[in-house]
Amino acid sequence: MSLRRFVVRRALSVVPVLFGVSVITFGLFHLTPGDPVSQLVALNPDVSAAEEARLRERWGLSGPVWRQYLAWLSNVLVGDFGRELRTGRAVSGILWRRLPETIVLGVFGWAFAIAIAIPAGIYAAVNKGRLGDVAARVLALSGVSIPNFWLGLLLILVLSLYLGLFPVLPPSRLPLYHPETLRYLLLPGVTIGTAAAASVTRVMRTSMAEELNEEYVTAARARGLPERTVVFKHVLRNSLVSVVTLAATLTAGIVAGSVVVESVFNWPGLGSEFVRAIDRREVNVVMAITLVTAVAVVLANLLADVLYAVLDPRIRYD
Amino acid sequence: MTAVLEVEDLTVRFYTEEGVVTAVDGLSYRIEAGETFGVVGESGAGKSVAALSVLGLIDSPGRIEGGEVRFEGEDLLSMDESELRSVRGDEVGTVFQDARAALNPVYTVGEQIAETIEHHLGYPPSAARDRAIRLLDRVGIADAETRYSDYPHEFSGGMCQRAAIAMALSCDPELIVADEPTTALDVTVEARILDLLAELADEFDVAVQLVTHDLGVIAGTCDRAMVMYAGEAVETAPIEELYYDPKHPYTAGLMSAIPRVGDDDDRLPTIPGTMPDPIDPPPGCRFHPRCPFAEEACTRTDPALVDPETGEAATLDDDRAAACLEYTEGLSGGLDYSVEVAGGTGEHVEKTIDERDEGGPDE
Repeated sequence: MSLRRFVVRRALSVVPVLFGVSVITFGLFHLTPGDPVSQLVALNPDVSAAEEARLRERWGLSGPVWRQYLAWLSNVLVGDFGRELRTGRAVSGILWRRLPETIVLGVFGWAFAIAIAIPAGIYAAVNKGRLGDVAARVLALSGVSIPNFWLGLLLILVLSLYLGLFPVLPPSRLPLYHPETLRYLLLPGVTIGTAAAASVTRVMRTSMAEELNEEYVTAARARGLPERTVVFKHVLRNSLVSVVTLAATLTAGIVAGSVVVESVFNWPGLGSEFVRAIDRREVNVVMAITLVTAVAVVLANLLADVLYAVLDPRIRYD
Repeated sequence: MTAVLEVEDLTVRFYTEEGVVTAVDGLSYRIEAGETFGVVGESGAGKSVAALSVLGLIDSPGRIEGGEVRFEGEDLLSMDESELRSVRGDEVGTVFQDARAALNPVYTVGEQIAETIEHHLGYPPSAARDRAIRLLDRVGIADAETRYSDYPHEFSGGMCQRAAIAMALSCDPELIVADEPTTALDVTVEARILDLLAELADEFDVAVQLVTHDLGVIAGTCDRAMVMYAGEAVETAPIEELYYDPKHPYTAGLMSAIPRVGDDDDRLPTIPGTMPDPIDPPPGCRFHPRCPFAEEACTRTDPALVDPETGEAATLDDDRAAACLEYTEGLSGGLDYSVEVAGGTGEHVEKTIDERDEGGPDE
């Protein structure tokens, strides 16, 4: 099977998964007791039952659940996530404003993680058992063990408050493409990427050390290839397969982690919006963000599968 | 004849947690230009370690502790890594036991051959590709042009080994070290691969060090052979003499353990016991616990390789050498075995070596 056919087939298989994701997202919110209307009404004893019903009708909360779902889904498919109940603002507008912030933060976190982890993992594997390896392993273990909200607070405390190197809060928000943004991005990005960097280092080291024992490595050395070629051309590509597996899983962690990190750093992305929306029982916003998150994870897995196939030709033949 | 490879007093040890294993102990041999030299022995005899040591491919915890490996007169063991790398793959090709495992699964077979050619011969990519395709064609891979872009998992075991031979030959080497090249293959494929190897060795005028545990493989392909036991050479001989006139009781034991078509015995003769613990080898001759002719002297003195006729220490140039006290001190019981040669006519020729009338070995 050619690579292109593999990718197309794999991409098509995402469709039923996304459908399932939408059902679960919608279902979960409608299983929770107490819809926003009853919450509103509870605060105001003067509202009559007729008014209550009208409100439900207006917000699409009446009728059987399956009909509510279909109505919601058909709107979502054309990019309409409904309105915020209190303000009447379009949820899609909120998404478009918040999503880029979160993407920038996530991508920066990932880039930081990969930039640290791949070289560190390779270094540790090649120098297995020596001092550098031990140091890398200790650091990686600490990185995995530190909770990101704590790391975030610590970074703010030390680097921003004591040393004054970074702004605690942006005085005024700059557009994302502004170079100055990087200064604001650094602390939350590092916070979000540290755990990922640590896990990737560990997996990179283990899988590389394992690959280095393979016979094709001895064979490549027996062909007189320089160690550089052996490690970076032959071994690296084989060891990346397990890193890609991990990366797909970690993407979910980065997306979820952004909820905590964005709150700690007051980063105006989907994560902090999510926390606010939960507080206010903004069902449409919560559903929209949950759906976007789930889609991101599904797409990350799709990307991982494609990367497998690119890295290892044997996978294309399944 | 000039020697392409001379190994002298090679010692390789592995520092394991259980103790120090002397995998190769004072091994010496020579391989002449264009000849096929067999190295035979049981698993764990040190044959593969010896072969890999020649190229400095022993990984930690293994260490080459001493000796010289002269390739075309130059000592490989005193070379630095980069000099050694220019010999590996270029002047000395290597063929491994499991050819599929020896190929990187994520690059095409052709790319890997071309990579070696580009690296050593400095060919531009397209020329390296052409040369790789010609080699694949030469080793009998049909439709080599298309097969060039196949991945190792798309090749059968036999084809992988053919590709590995093509790779070993890719830079016109003087020597090919083949470590159990056919052990992982089934018998019919094995025969074809061995024929191919012999044919190409002749055509490319390349010497082959053929490491195997299979005496049948040695018989069919080699000019001379060395028998190894527990890290040491116990006998070296031109191939016919090794079979018809083995000088060491271990060799004789191995020969009697080869099944022959027409044998009506229910059970194969075996050499009792197993190879000694490599961490704590027995004193004296390492084979004595399993040797039917062992005497008290064998437990004390480790016999050196000597010329079995004269009893003088064997040199690299000797074609015939054996390590048994019989040829130096003389065992009181002698070596009481006979070799039965099945002639082409079906008539049996009985030949007895040094049979004495004084009776069997002591006890």
